[in-house]
Amino acid sequence: MKAKVEVFLKPGVLDVQGKAVENALHGLGWPGAGNVRVGRVITFDTNATDPATARGEVEAMCERLLANPVIESWRIEVEP
Amino acid sequence: MKAAVVVFPGSNCDRDCKTAIERSTGAAVDMVWHAETELAADLDLIVLPGGFAYGDYLRAGAMAALSPVMGAVKAAAARGAPVVGICNGFQVLCEAGLLPGALMRNAGLKYVCKPVPLEVVNANTRFTAAYGQQRTAVMTVGNGEGAYFADPETLDRLEGEGRVVFRYRDNPNGSVRDIAGILNEGGNVLGIMPHPDRAFEAPLGSADGAPLFQSVLGHA
Repeated sequence: MKAKVEVFLKPGVLDVQGKAVENALHGLGWPGAGNVRVGRVITFDTNATDPATARGEVEAMCERLLANPVIESWRIEVEP
Repeated sequence: MKAAVVVFPGSNCDRDCKTAIERSTGAAVDMVWHAETELAADLDLIVLPGGFAYGDYLRAGAMAALSPVMGAVKAAAARGAPVVGICNGFQVLCEAGLLPGALMRNAGLKYVCKPVPLEVVNANTRFTAAYGQQRTAVMTVGNGEGAYFADPETLDRLEGEGRVVFRYRDNPNGSVRDIAGILNEGGNVLGIMPHPDRAFEAPLGSADGAPLFQSVLGHA
């Protein structure tokens, strides 16, 4: 299975990088850009053969390493 | 007295720490490569130094927290051995779960490197006893991800239990509640973002870091 993990700062946590990008977008003439968040995408292969197992593994990986649960939340996609 | 400084690939304050400890306390200092799986049993202090361990890959401290030596550091901390994480070392301690919270990108997005005045909030700890009545200590910060963050309940608990040990008098990085240094529940693990290892003798601009090492290891 192929796995894709998106990691973002939790909604309540100030994303200073996102804020800076948002200001830059305003400066370029897109004043309507709001709530910009900058995250990280991690992709990899797993040898799990079914989606449920893969998802379970990846969830554990997120908790242990791929994200910091104190400040970050994540979204997992798995596909064959 | 004997101390150890852990050296990760990418540590860059390891020798500063060694010199700071030697000159301010006279203690012998072992340099311990991160691949070691054991630490001497009789260590009076273990230091995780500043730098960019593993290039800060993924998150600052995330990879170093999984280094082989960290198993031994955790075991020593569980036995009650004093552990100090300075700057990147603080980030490693948080990522390793030895301290609560996390260190985030500075509020101003810039790397900040300058001397800052700190309030010694709690001088009744094994890391700060030597400050006595001294309530201000000047040390240099040098960080890009030094903004301490934890949820309000954790912060309330830290404050209520006297575990916020140092505070910025003029917050340089957006740390929540001006926190510059915290203790674990057992009082034997300290994370501090400013560098006592860059402030141990007057010619460096400040000698206010020396009492931190002297609190644990005694005077030279």
